[in-house]
Amino acid sequence: MARVQRQPDAREVAPTVQRLRVHFAKRGRLRFTSHRDFQRVFERAVRRAEVPIAYSAGFSPHPKISYVGAAATGAASEAEYLELGLTQRRKPDDVRAALDDALPPGFDVIEVVEGREGSLPDRIDASHWQLRLPDVPAATARAAVAAFLAAESIPVERVLKDGRRTLDARQAVVRLEVVEGVDETDQPGGYAILEMVVRHLTPAVRPDDVVAGLRRVSDLPPQLSPLVTRLAQGHLDETGRLADPLAPDREPAAGSLSESAV
Amino acid sequence: MTSVITERAEAPQSLFPRLEPLLMRVSKPVQYVGGELNSVVKDWSGCNVRWCLMYPDAYEVGLPNQGVQILYEVLNELDDVLVERTYAVWPDLEALMREHGIPQFTVDAHRPVGAFDVFGLSFSTELGYTNMLNALDLAGIPVESHDRDDSHPIVIAGGHAAFNPEPIADFVDAAVQGDGEQVVLRITQLIREWKREGRPGGREELLYRLAKSGGVYVPRFYDVSYRPDGHIGSVVPNRDGVPARVSKHTLMDLDAWPYPKKPLVPLAETVHERFSVEIFRGCTRGCRFCQAGMITRPVRERSIDTIGAMVDAGLKASGFSEVGLLSLSSADHSEIGQVAKQLGDRYENTNTSLSLPSTRVDAFNVDLANEFSRNGRRSGLTFAPEGGSERMRKVINKMVTEEDLIRTVTTAYAQGWRRVKLYFMCGLPTETDDDVLQIAELARKVIEAGRKASGTKDIGCTVSIGGFVPKAHTPFQWAAQLDHETTDARLAKLRDAIRADKQYGRAIGFRYHDGKPGIVEGLLSRGDRRVGRIIKQVWLDGGRFDGWSEHFSFDRWMNAAEVALAHEQVDVDWYTTRERDRDEVLPWDHLDSGLDKDWLWQDWQDSLSEVEVDDCRWTPCFDCGVCDTMGTDIQIGPTGRKLLPLTVVNGKNS
Repeated sequence: MARVQRQPDAREVAPTVQRLRVHFAKRGRLRFTSHRDFQRVFERAVRRAEVPIAYSAGFSPHPKISYVGAAATGAASEAEYLELGLTQRRKPDDVRAALDDALPPGFDVIEVVEGREGSLPDRIDASHWQLRLPDVPAATARAAVAAFLAAESIPVERVLKDGRRTLDARQAVVRLEVVEGVDETDQPGGYAILEMVVRHLTPAVRPDDVVAGLRRVSDLPPQLSPLVTRLAQGHLDETGRLADPLAPDREPAAGSLSESAV
Repeated sequence: MTSVITERAEAPQSLFPRLEPLLMRVSKPVQYVGGELNSVVKDWSGCNVRWCLMYPDAYEVGLPNQGVQILYEVLNELDDVLVERTYAVWPDLEALMREHGIPQFTVDAHRPVGAFDVFGLSFSTELGYTNMLNALDLAGIPVESHDRDDSHPIVIAGGHAAFNPEPIADFVDAAVQGDGEQVVLRITQLIREWKREGRPGGREELLYRLAKSGGVYVPRFYDVSYRPDGHIGSVVPNRDGVPARVSKHTLMDLDAWPYPKKPLVPLAETVHERFSVEIFRGCTRGCRFCQAGMITRPVRERSIDTIGAMVDAGLKASGFSEVGLLSLSSADHSEIGQVAKQLGDRYENTNTSLSLPSTRVDAFNVDLANEFSRNGRRSGLTFAPEGGSERMRKVINKMVTEEDLIRTVTTAYAQGWRRVKLYFMCGLPTETDDDVLQIAELARKVIEAGRKASGTKDIGCTVSIGGFVPKAHTPFQWAAQLDHETTDARLAKLRDAIRADKQYGRAIGFRYHDGKPGIVEGLLSRGDRRVGRIIKQVWLDGGRFDGWSEHFSFDRWMNAAEVALAHEQVDVDWYTTRERDRDEVLPWDHLDSGLDKDWLWQDWQDSLSEVEVDDCRWTPCFDCGVCDTMGTDIQIGPTGRKLLPLTVVNGKNS
């Protein structure tokens, strides 16, 4: 049977001539955006900023933007990354300024570099998180952290796409500590701020899984809404530090680059 | 613009710090945080008049609303005026707000709605009424107008549903009919003066000044009397200086009002992700069921060069990749062919797509659609014959013949379109089972013609059916609404007829809704002040989001009606399935849409004798009354002008 099949016109798709890597933050009330929300906002910002983005071929051309491990809805972040394909060369810092202008305040572009050898996702295998626990006295938080670190494994349940799964919240956590806190005696309810380094595993152990784990091994209150912020992402080296994933892309000689973040 | 600040008020605290921890516990929290591109937050104490605008539905539906966006921008352009927006909160957040004592808030600066001078609500549909009551209550504003004092905002309703605001007369302080751009400025001016004078006479005096201005309906200044049989006896002003009839507002010269200039671009996903430009307002096609077409007359076109400039500016300000050219019947713009071609040229190969909602059944529209799909994507085209039989289309004055439709879809299929969507209505006046069953017949012929034209069986059509609801200010305002049982039975027969068709049935999709929500909509759209008690009862019983099938409860409405109308001579049937007489006082008779009641009645009679009426844009005036009453005139092209050429921009533009 003869199908009336329309093909996209043989219009040429402009090739990608430059890859830019973008380090940006998700701050304040924008912590409540989902990754899909960010994608839409970012694609519009690219258009408004008149960045010469490359498009895929086909009936529904998509801008060439690759996102790397986005923070979950509700989590703020100082360290989000993505990669852009451009059809014309641009100075990375001009793109940084144009994108930052076009994005709503709270999505702040910190640095743009030209991508060199190697893939960005390969340079990221762990995250450094901050958790603010309102109304949790520091002493309670410290006890919970000690109990958590003392455990071999802490199974927690989570609903995934394919049903309920049990994850080990303990295994992924490399480091966990109370970095600041106030006890009930000084302030009603007190508060505690935790920091932790968590390995990216499959399935991912997210900050709320760690909080669930903390709750399991201690008497943290069940109605707990921690404010979560990702402070950094990168490769976890032997010393337990996270290497800046854009470091290999920075040309030491280039004077136009902005200062490295953090 | 002078911006002498006559009032220094303490800015209310932002509610966001209290709200933020709760947002972690609700679905889609991003809808409550604001921060949209092109949204504006102004200094509270630097303003004399403060508006809060609400679209009383979920954010995802309300944010794209053109009316609210236009007024938001028009008012915010005034130095001493600030405007913020609020939307209906979902039940999960509502429960947390009530638990933690957080009032209804604006998304712009998270200020409490109760702190504003004016609370304006735009009603596209009556099904938002319960959401209004809920928002008032959450805001700490008494839901009934007479319980409010000088500390509360003035509550004003607008939008198409405000052409019969009687069912919400007890809850709003005022209502305005028609285009909002100029009347919001007038209202602002009256409030500014009244505040500058030190608020003499309190809220009552302000409402009186608004009513006296002639363009604002204040229900408390009109007394409604009822006859022993339950019919309305009369509606008369109870204050000197208040007009006996309140007129609608008509914006002339759309080129002078090119809004929205800076469309709001949300962070959250919404129902329309595009920049919309209204290419004209009003419609004189004369479809008798169409309230929008009747109450927005006359036709006022935006010229081709203004459209071109708005599209350019709007895309640059928003970053949207789709443009919608809006109106009630977009292909009727006198220069639509040139608009389509020139925009198509301008945006070729830019990954910007154009869309033209609301088009007639007309082969010309296939050409337009082709123009708008130059990138090759030809998925679906929509046409609205509305009536299944030729006779039905004469009754409703939808002048489309079967040959027109077949010719149109043949052209579409031949040019590579794969699916055609056809809109119909069920429950129209004088309709029989046979009229509706002819929809199946028509769909068969469409598929037959389509297979022949395309040479493939791989084409389809979708039949989409809505229940007809008679509306105020239309020739069908006297008509009996079809009861939901008969509607459902008729649609079931149609569904069976399509399914039974071995040859074509599988190529025909069928979409419809049950008839119950239509009865509630009908109750509200032609209701009087007594219906307000039902709305309040429904809200007290937990009714919210009545436009959403998962939240709507027919039984809740019927039970509430029984309670609220227990001591009345009237019931739900009286409001819905009852045909009205010529001499009946209709609840909205004192609101002047410009349409002459005698002309409407004549058109209703013509409808019953299947007589059609033409369009006054290309035939002589048929005296509907609007232009004479309102001092307006048709404004159409062609102008012969071109889209303005775009200036070449290097790098960034502001």
